[in-house]
Amino acid sequence: MEKKLLLGDEAIAQGALDAGLSGCYAYPGTPSTEIMEYVQKNPLAKEKNIHRTWSTNEKTAMEAALGMSYAGKRAMVCMKHVGLNVAADAFINSAITGVNGGLVVVAADDPSMHSSQNEQDSRFYGKFAMVPVFEPSNQQEAYDMMHQAFNLSEKYLVPVLIRITTRLSHSRSGIETREQREENKLKMPGDPRQFILLPSIARNKYKGLISNQEHFESEAEDSDFNHYFKGTNKKLGIIACGIAYNYFREAFADIHIEHPVLKISQYPLPVDRIRSIADECEEIIVLEEGYPFVEEMLTGILKTQYKIHGRLDGTLPRDGELNADLVGKAFGFPIPETWNVPSVVTGRPPALCPGCGHTDIFIALNEALDEYGKGRVFSDIGCYTLGALDPLNAIDSCVDMGASVTMAMGAADAGLVPAVAFIGDSTFTHSGMTGLLDAVVRNSPVTLIISDNSTTAMTGGQHSAGTGHIDKICLGLGVDPDHLHVVIPLKKHHEENVRILKTELEFKGLSVIIARRECVQTYARRKRLEASAKVKK
Amino acid sequence: MQRNIILAGVGGQGILSIAAVIGFAAIHRNLYLKQAEVHGMSQRGGAVQSTLRLSDKEILSDLIPKGKADLIISVEPMEGLRYLPWLKKEGWLITNSKPYVNIPDYPEMDALNEAIRSVPNHIIIDASGLASKIKSTRSSNMVVLGAAIPFLPFDWDDYVYGINQMFGKKGVDVVEKNLEALKTGEEFSENTRK
Repeated sequence: MEKKLLLGDEAIAQGALDAGLSGCYAYPGTPSTEIMEYVQKNPLAKEKNIHRTWSTNEKTAMEAALGMSYAGKRAMVCMKHVGLNVAADAFINSAITGVNGGLVVVAADDPSMHSSQNEQDSRFYGKFAMVPVFEPSNQQEAYDMMHQAFNLSEKYLVPVLIRITTRLSHSRSGIETREQREENKLKMPGDPRQFILLPSIARNKYKGLISNQEHFESEAEDSDFNHYFKGTNKKLGIIACGIAYNYFREAFADIHIEHPVLKISQYPLPVDRIRSIADECEEIIVLEEGYPFVEEMLTGILKTQYKIHGRLDGTLPRDGELNADLVGKAFGFPIPETWNVPSVVTGRPPALCPGCGHTDIFIALNEALDEYGKGRVFSDIGCYTLGALDPLNAIDSCVDMGASVTMAMGAADAGLVPAVAFIGDSTFTHSGMTGLLDAVVRNSPVTLIISDNSTTAMTGGQHSAGTGHIDKICLGLGVDPDHLHVVIPLKKHHEENVRILKTELEFKGLSVIIARRECVQTYARRKRLEASAKVKK
Repeated sequence: MQRNIILAGVGGQGILSIAAVIGFAAIHRNLYLKQAEVHGMSQRGGAVQSTLRLSDKEILSDLIPKGKADLIISVEPMEGLRYLPWLKKEGWLITNSKPYVNIPDYPEMDALNEAIRSVPNHIIIDASGLASKIKSTRSSNMVVLGAAIPFLPFDWDDYVYGINQMFGKKGVDVVEKNLEALKTGEEFSENTRK
């Protein structure tokens, strides 16, 4: 067996490739980005021409993957947790249509919000859609689960959700790989009406999904990923889910575990196994990364005498990422005596790179808005969100992909004129275009700035769907050419850019200013590649 | 045998190249390895760290528990201090002396040096200066890693393998320069502790 050193994300990609994947669909988002990047760099994926280009957003990715599944092949769709909100319509309905070729959805959650606006727990989406969910506790399990997930998907004709978290995504470990399975052949769905969710058909399909629930549960009862370990000290039983199981083992690294332990990595919850550990123990502690998903199901609303410990009763923190220290503390283990952070150490928050085009257009915008006062700039998700920090203090909102355009419009509806929307090129094509159409239709007095660095920069410079034609997209949506400007955000154009901004802020209708300059990171990378290509010649 | 290592620096300083060399060396030694990295927003000039755990037995947590790190390797004088709560009382702090100033309130060097010296087991290395002495300014990270060699469970072979894996594609010269940088750091480290 071959051993590879892989990130959790890469283990998932390799697992999918080895399980006979025909298409990977994704929009970049930390901590999920490296799954697609691994498939893109994989020589075998190239040779077999496995689909591996970025989608415009998570919804288009999810739907394209469902289309591939319709045609009988195995497809994977990957996103960060908040991406699943965008893909939710397609995801929930794919559980009703069911699948033809295996369909695996990977959602990478970001507890502690290292690089996100919330820490929502994707296991709820699995339960909401009523599909099986896998939650690996380490990189090897993540790899192995891909085979199981595709098999389970094809056994019950249902999409399967894999839920991982940041720490697993971005940590490397040795992985033992298996032999590669052949891809599926093109094959039409057995039932020609399977994918037509007319109410009369959908009602039947939904009943089928409901009746499959007991099978999904018995699969979880028998799953190798869910494991019961006997223990002699039955005062307390331990239920540890996903990566929390790992932290639990680490906290007990030098201590014999005398309690019964139930490790859970496959959902729906194996109810019989949970009842049996609860029956034999006096109390239960639930260790889980993210929301108190399992704990809440166990406690319910009606108070019973049975004591359940976890994030809800304060044994563990209610929010934030877990680690072995927090789990150890929950069991009363002392933290070893160590050093404090010296008081001289100051915070070093992330910042826009030196020379970044976003900075130049922010400086121009601040100057142009000076006469109107603060609080008018609705912004979005990307590097430019850092414009909220000192010294720029240039934006007043960041909520979800595309919200800049529509929030500015709503604020203008309320009378906040001028209102400014500030969005990047990739976020604009992800979810800003439909909002812009709304603004065009009502000629909303909004000044939209599309800060176009021609890449998806925050996640490392992936291809951005609208590169080179953001202006044409705006014109196509109906933006008045007299109020569409393409400017270059450089110091030498500062005066001119301020003048254009001021003029458009005064205009009582919709205007769009595209500030276009290549990302300094992708520029430097391109120059390095060109230089090394020259050397080779 | 287990070694827990924290690599510290600022996004863009390339601490992952150090992590990769140690990672490849660990593979060459046939050790178990877990290496956690920071991706995403913090990479934009913020404080970043990578944790490495090496062992001859299976490793559980990807993260290092508090007070369990044997070594902090920092490519910048302030950043190593940030992770002191994870360092064992008898652990080593190895840090580059050249500050990376991208914030307005960067502390005075005297205060930083005092804080570093309050850790009895410390090595302060002018990696950038040493790297330019051997005419390889881009290898300063490898000079810092070199200073950690006495505390790592590897033979020279393992580093040669690691450096080749990392820089082999860039040619023999680049490989040689990086190995020289490692040696330079190692020699400094040995001499400092005499």
